[in-house]
Amino acid sequence: MMSQIKPDSWKSLPGPDDTTRTVLPNGITLLTRSNFNSPSVFMSGYLASGSVFDPLDKLGLADFTALSLMRGTQAYSFQEIYDQLESAGASLGFGASVHNVSFGGRALAEDLSLLMRLLSEVMRRPVFPPEHVERLRAQLLTALAIRNQETGDLADMAFDEIIFPNHPYGRPEDGYPETIQAISRADLVEFHRSHYGPNRMVVVIAGAVKAQQAIDQVQAALGGWCNPSLEPLPELPAVHDLETSVRKHIPVAGKYQTDLVLGTMGPRRGSPDFMAASLGNSILGQFGMMGRIGDVVREKAGLAYSASTSLSAFIDAGVWEVSAGVNPANLQRAIDLILQELQRFTREPVSGEELQDSQANYIGQLPLSLESNAGVVNALLKIERFQLGLDYYQRYPDLVEAVTPEMIQEAAQRYWHLDRLAVVSAGPDLHDVQ
Amino acid sequence: MKQNKGETLDHVTSTRLPNGLSVHLKEIHTAPIISHWVWYRVGSRNEVPGKTGISHWVEHMQFKGTPTFPSAVLDKAISREGGVWNAFTHLDWTTYYETLPADKIDLALRLEADRMYNSVFDPAEVEAERTVILSEREGGENEPLFRLGEAVQKAAFTVHPYGHEIIGERSDLLNVQRDDLDAHYHNYYTPCNALVAIAGDFRTEIMLARLNELYANAPAGTSPCDQPANPSILAEPPLTGEQRVEVSGPGETTYLQIAYRSPAAGNPDFFAFSVLDSLLSGPTSLNLFGGGGLSNKTSRLYRCLVERDLAVSVHGGLQATIDPFLYEVHLTVHPQRSPREVLQAFDDEVRRLQDQRVSDQEIERAIKQARALFAYGSESITNQASWLGYAEMFASYGWFTGYVEHLAAITPADVQRIAQTYLAPDNRITGIYLPTGESIDEGVDDEPDQAG
Repeated sequence: MMSQIKPDSWKSLPGPDDTTRTVLPNGITLLTRSNFNSPSVFMSGYLASGSVFDPLDKLGLADFTALSLMRGTQAYSFQEIYDQLESAGASLGFGASVHNVSFGGRALAEDLSLLMRLLSEVMRRPVFPPEHVERLRAQLLTALAIRNQETGDLADMAFDEIIFPNHPYGRPEDGYPETIQAISRADLVEFHRSHYGPNRMVVVIAGAVKAQQAIDQVQAALGGWCNPSLEPLPELPAVHDLETSVRKHIPVAGKYQTDLVLGTMGPRRGSPDFMAASLGNSILGQFGMMGRIGDVVREKAGLAYSASTSLSAFIDAGVWEVSAGVNPANLQRAIDLILQELQRFTREPVSGEELQDSQANYIGQLPLSLESNAGVVNALLKIERFQLGLDYYQRYPDLVEAVTPEMIQEAAQRYWHLDRLAVVSAGPDLHDVQ
Repeated sequence: MKQNKGETLDHVTSTRLPNGLSVHLKEIHTAPIISHWVWYRVGSRNEVPGKTGISHWVEHMQFKGTPTFPSAVLDKAISREGGVWNAFTHLDWTTYYETLPADKIDLALRLEADRMYNSVFDPAEVEAERTVILSEREGGENEPLFRLGEAVQKAAFTVHPYGHEIIGERSDLLNVQRDDLDAHYHNYYTPCNALVAIAGDFRTEIMLARLNELYANAPAGTSPCDQPANPSILAEPPLTGEQRVEVSGPGETTYLQIAYRSPAAGNPDFFAFSVLDSLLSGPTSLNLFGGGGLSNKTSRLYRCLVERDLAVSVHGGLQATIDPFLYEVHLTVHPQRSPREVLQAFDDEVRRLQDQRVSDQEIERAIKQARALFAYGSESITNQASWLGYAEMFASYGWFTGYVEHLAAITPADVQRIAQTYLAPDNRITGIYLPTGESIDEGVDDEPDQAG
């Protein structure tokens, strides 16, 4: 398969020769790669201060804190922060996931120093103005009210709860209305004080800037930051496979379509069978028009506009799921078709041709996924987060090519047990449907 | 520029093949990638009552195969080569694209040249796709904003086909037949009605020669340049007063959608309107791919509505279209406020734009924002290729290359004139999505709070 890629295009992928990784004296890890094709820069990164730190009665605290940072600082009001950004056509934003608080932004290259200066200001000196905390709270509660009407979100959330009971992976990062109500301004201040610091921070910059300039800018903006009161990362509970299948339907009145999520726990990102599972997932529900699942549910049976699979691998575990949006009357037929495909997926090895298709797709798509600055930044973040090595994308074809049909079947059998699935649907009441 | 052979603008070669096909090529050698787009001048604008949604359905059928590329082959061919592909149907156009490693692009060229003429429209596939599209529509109907948007669009146009959703009316999706789709396809999918746009790592002469070769193979009986038979499209008469549309449904959240009739992209007013949009609701990115948008927290509406706890979010934007369409502002009403209060404050803010001229600095800011959005968009070859054809669908490629320059010529007086001309209350449709049981005078949380 390597022969399909021209040597020239291979050189354009990020590697140790053109990516600079450096750790500043205060612990910030910086990765940077230049690209002068467009006069713009993209910057992103994370701090290990995600929802793993949320108390159960204050779920959503990490997210609320992250979203409050730009609401006012010691130096600038909310409007002053955004005036500087928007006047420059630049952007900056924050959000929390389970392990991390992520940030990201873009600017014309001439405004990178502005972006870094504001990043530093909002992360180090937020003041959580009470008026803005309440405004943000109303926005968060409205988002939760909207979520409560989104059949896809409701099904996903219930699915995660079933797969990861008693684990942060099973809890929503944006919390519940009662937990958002329970968070005080003092909680935000304290969360920031004890969980934000440079030594768990990663910054990645790609675009029209030389590596040394990027390093200098990050050093100038963030090099002076230290936080001696940073709390250690918590130990997370162990995850366990389901012991039996769980079927749950969430009735949502006034809807026309039912969202279905059906799946199981998947590999963690560092698992040796991750690549086999990933290619297996491609064959099952991604490749071409949503793989085998798309073929039977959409193309042949015409049951759904979307029917596909996804494999999300985190630090401690992952989820491997099939999702589809179907007419309520077709729900059971869709579930039956999906189960048939899953059975075939675990019982028979995939064909050599199917595997070659997905391998070619994985390898061939690399240059495309890495053409924009945002694509490069995301690739470098992944390298750092999962410790894949700066040469990861150059080794990638070999990693992909090493997978065999037998390895995929082993992975399929390890994760998919048809008597131990979570099957969740959200939509019109099942009794209202023939 | 499109009729002149070999003319270049922004290093773009534009020409027309003997069969009438427009070709626009731009060499970009920054990455070993080529993005190839085929645009057809057909969209929901070309549909008649009873057959709405047919352009989008034809687009779906274009993935069902030809004798040379049966659907099972088609589904896999591009993905196997490491490419991405997709298609979109819009008001004025339908487009298909493939972005591939440069040495694999011939597959895309062959596939699109083939399905311009040879798609099968197998009756069984048509029926399977009927339920897929109904399912796509039902997914939309789950969303309050889809239902509100559909009602507003219907109220905004009485005779012009922009009044229906691109996906089509449910009743039409149940009734359209295989032969209707086939006829629509043969009418509109002709070289004269199409445009090929390619950007990326190739040499123009070689690419042109290959296109000539591929499109010379039109099936027997195809005349050199078939212009499609178009239904007559009536100009929409001006609104005679503010229209109000209410939609109710489940949930706790109230939404407002305020839609003003806006100028066509080819109207010089469009540029001044873009500046107004930047100031009022935040800059709109016109890129089809890449770049993302900018926040709008310093926009006038955010400051007047969100910062004053009347709304929890606001955004708005213009679309570049052949005929006048809509400038739309979407608001999520604060749970403790009534839609009426929000509308009042919105009207006050619009009046301010009509009564007082904006400053030169505000216009300069809008220009810098536009410049940044275009720079972000130029990181992606797919996005650069899309502009070659996209701009031609509603104006010309020069419209795109001259965009920032046109903005730079806008004065405070222009913005004021646009506000006075287009943002008049009798030029708008106000749509309100109300949770079942609510009225426009009450906030949802007016009732005693159970949680305390």
